[in-house]
Amino acid sequence: MPKDSGIGASTKRREDIRFLTGQGNYTDDINIAGQAHVYFLRSDIAHGTINSIDTSAAAAMPGVVRVFTGADFEGVGGIPCGWQVTDRHGEPMQEPAHPVIAQGKVRHVGEIVAAVVADSLSQARDAAEAIVLDITDLPAVVDMKAAVAEGATKVHDDLTSNLCYDWGFVEENKGAVDEAFANAAHVTTLELVNNRLVANPMEPRVAVGDYTRHNDESTLYTTSQNPHVIRLLMGAFVLGIPEHKLRVVAPDVGGGFGAKIFHYAEEAFCTFAAKACNRAVKWTSSRSEAFMSDAHGRDHVSKIELALDAENNFTALRTETYANMGAYLSTFAPSVPTWLHGTLMAGNYKTPLIYVNVKAVFTNTVPVDAYRGAGRPEATYQLERVVDKAARELGVDPVALRRQNFVTEFPYETPVAVAYDTGDYHATMDQLESMIDREGFAARRAASEANGKLRGLGVNCYIEACGIAPSNLVGQLGARAGLYESATVRVNATGGLVVMTGSHSHGQGHETSFPQVIAEMIGIDESMVEIVHGDTANTPMGMGTYGSRSIAVGGSAMVRAAEKIIAKTKKIAAHLMEASEADIELKDGAFSVAGTDKSVAWGDVCLAAYVPHNYPLEDIEPGLEETAFYDPANFTYPSGAYACEVEIDPETGKVTIESFAAADDFGNVINPMIVEGQVHGGLAQGIGQALLEACAYDENGQLLTGSYMDYAMPRADDLPNYQVDHSCVTPCTHNPLGVKGCGEAGAIGSPPAVINAVVDALQSGGHAVDHIDMPVSPSRVWSAMNS
Amino acid sequence: MAKVNMTVNGSPASGDVEGRTLLASFLRDQLHLTGTHVGCDTSQCGACVVHVNGEAVKSCTMLAAEADGAEVTTVEGMANADGSLNVIQQAFQDHHGLQCGFCTPGMVMSAAALLKENPKPTEAEVRTYLEGNICRCTGYHNIVKAIMAASGQDVGAIAAE
Ligand code: FES
Ligand code: FES
Repeated sequence: MPKDSGIGASTKRREDIRFLTGQGNYTDDINIAGQAHVYFLRSDIAHGTINSIDTSAAAAMPGVVRVFTGADFEGVGGIPCGWQVTDRHGEPMQEPAHPVIAQGKVRHVGEIVAAVVADSLSQARDAAEAIVLDITDLPAVVDMKAAVAEGATKVHDDLTSNLCYDWGFVEENKGAVDEAFANAAHVTTLELVNNRLVANPMEPRVAVGDYTRHNDESTLYTTSQNPHVIRLLMGAFVLGIPEHKLRVVAPDVGGGFGAKIFHYAEEAFCTFAAKACNRAVKWTSSRSEAFMSDAHGRDHVSKIELALDAENNFTALRTETYANMGAYLSTFAPSVPTWLHGTLMAGNYKTPLIYVNVKAVFTNTVPVDAYRGAGRPEATYQLERVVDKAARELGVDPVALRRQNFVTEFPYETPVAVAYDTGDYHATMDQLESMIDREGFAARRAASEANGKLRGLGVNCYIEACGIAPSNLVGQLGARAGLYESATVRVNATGGLVVMTGSHSHGQGHETSFPQVIAEMIGIDESMVEIVHGDTANTPMGMGTYGSRSIAVGGSAMVRAAEKIIAKTKKIAAHLMEASEADIELKDGAFSVAGTDKSVAWGDVCLAAYVPHNYPLEDIEPGLEETAFYDPANFTYPSGAYACEVEIDPETGKVTIESFAAADDFGNVINPMIVEGQVHGGLAQGIGQALLEACAYDENGQLLTGSYMDYAMPRADDLPNYQVDHSCVTPCTHNPLGVKGCGEAGAIGSPPAVINAVVDALQSGGHAVDHIDMPVSPSRVWSAMNS
Repeated sequence: MAKVNMTVNGSPASGDVEGRTLLASFLRDQLHLTGTHVGCDTSQCGACVVHVNGEAVKSCTMLAAEADGAEVTTVEGMANADGSLNVIQQAFQDHHGLQCGFCTPGMVMSAAALLKENPKPTEAEVRTYLEGNICRCTGYHNIVKAIMAASGQDVGAIAAE
């Protein structure tokens, strides 16, 4: 019987009511009396030297409050990078300055050159047209391999080259890996591109800066996944505002997918300008601006080699990746191709020797940073493609080859510095096979062929490391922040609770799922618990939501705080019932004394804490409010097996997804409905990457895909219904809920399934195609078939 | 500036607008009906869909002046008279047809227009009709399911809860 409340129940989302009735409170819905609007003049060339910017005519236009250029930000800090990678030789990465407004040079299309603040947005936009720019074009650096060639134009003149870092992992293993390749019975090699994507949350970014002169306080309302991180980065590193004078609010946020983790120039600008103009300043991104200013994702060019012995056991893996950083280092950019990618290269397999080389490269393109999955999709795609190719080369069943090499004993120490606590990869593969009717595939293929179509089946596995992350570990790896999470649980006098969490919800449904946990722990109705998030003024310092960390890290912090509350209420209950604390049990919202019929209700104990007349004041304080900070002992390791069936029309090259099945192990699940929704969304983004999406630049650094006219977002009729299952459960061993996180799995696991299926279909039609790059557009597929 | 008068969610509404003011901006900025969202600038995403004289319209693509004299319905006008969710809204909640909620107003308005014109659509018809509404969160599965359910059809066969 499915539960109808508490942990494991598909409780309907309470936040839906406001979203469905137009009562949401998104950042663009916030308007402050007297606010001005900013319009950013952005570079329309990829690389150039700024000779002069004449703003005098613009400043005289109607309604203009002030025009800002880079000169106004001299002496103001640049946008900081939150992660420092150390290269193969023990040297720190090259880290360029990242000004709020371009200084001296422009380095990508979309970089802010000037900002006009005016009474209305149309006045600001009109005035921006009167700004006279004198910029000398420089050759643009777009292709990564060309960018690191001898004599390439430099994106940053003060760096030695366009190479941010050359990272080797694990460098000490390189010799042994090379030797294993020399001794291999078979080596499979694959070169592939992980296409550049734009995250495209449907809500464009917005920033509203506000300032009150009498107390010198700044407030920023922003579309962020992590308001405390923005407060710390912007306050301490950019604007020099102490945290007690800076409040950051991220109200309802319309999706993030990584792109709203980072600290952006527009946030710093609006906060700075509000003080400079003594007036609130608002910016709402247009979608066109979003394409050229939101951090992009992926954009790796890789070569992967897999060595096998004569029995088809994986003996070694070697990869070389070029990772695009864009023109500047976005907040977490350096960590994505390294610690979120190299550490995942073992996948579900017991390959004993692995070496990963990553060259991060500056180019004249928008900065690239984490996008749903961040590094883990890139690792999974390479690995699951090369394993599939190996199976085809060896003439063995791709599922059998995977199964033969599965890790089966846990905990498992990989050769790439992580330790999987739990998992059961055969179980998720068994579950997948039970969902997809593999035996019936031949008949389905025959039916497709009878219709003149090709049909393919692609299967793959994935593992991810999420629940990010143990602070001491990531500190050693170069993170400039801790990655704990926090929660304050406040119990009111009549027993209702408010949880103030450092996690942020921008679609994940925390307002519903977090109360399910508290309700289960105390045995009360979920409606007695309210969640507060997204405002640094009323939540404890938290690191926010990304890396599938909310329930695993934020939820754990909440559990720890609730445990403190329960311990204290038991003491009070023991006093009220004149019993020993050790005998007190809490169940169904009431405290009882073991072995007696004495009991006292939850609400009565809470009331006693706030009206402490009959209360052990000498032992415990009145009141019921506890805070906990939870720092995870390890990452969590969700895993699963995915399958995709495609049909290809040989006449046009169009690929249609016929079915998609996902069998995941997320550990324990709080709200199955929400978990399944997260998987659906991840699958759509992964299938979108495989089938449709590509962010393209021309050789001059012009963005060719700058709107939804050119960038193919997946639509309802591009996608199938999904079959999803999370009945395989190996609970996480090191967090109190046994949860692993589910936000990114779909996006990580799905691209290789699609491409494996497309290759299978093409080969079934007699085409000698062993790889095709994403997105598998009709023209690419048709060309592959007809080359 | 020109004066426009219209009926919005059953009540008279008026304001002074520039010739270039879009209906979406008029609703959001002047009438403070912020349920209507703007997700793009190329008329592609459908976050801004409202009904004008009973027809689904992308309010980012219509001038406020063009709606002079019209009957406009926004997502704020969709709930039942007692404030409870209407059939479509309720189906979206029941079937988890929304996550971040940003595309949701447009989805609800488009769904209402679809069901008016085709009360029992097939799954393929729903997917085709939603061609002008982008959702980045849900992967559409549960949106399609919600709309089918709102039309009174059995959605038990559509996998997942
Ligand atoms: S805002 Fe109207 S279609 Fe995107
Ligand atoms: S629910 Fe977020 S875009 Fe659709």
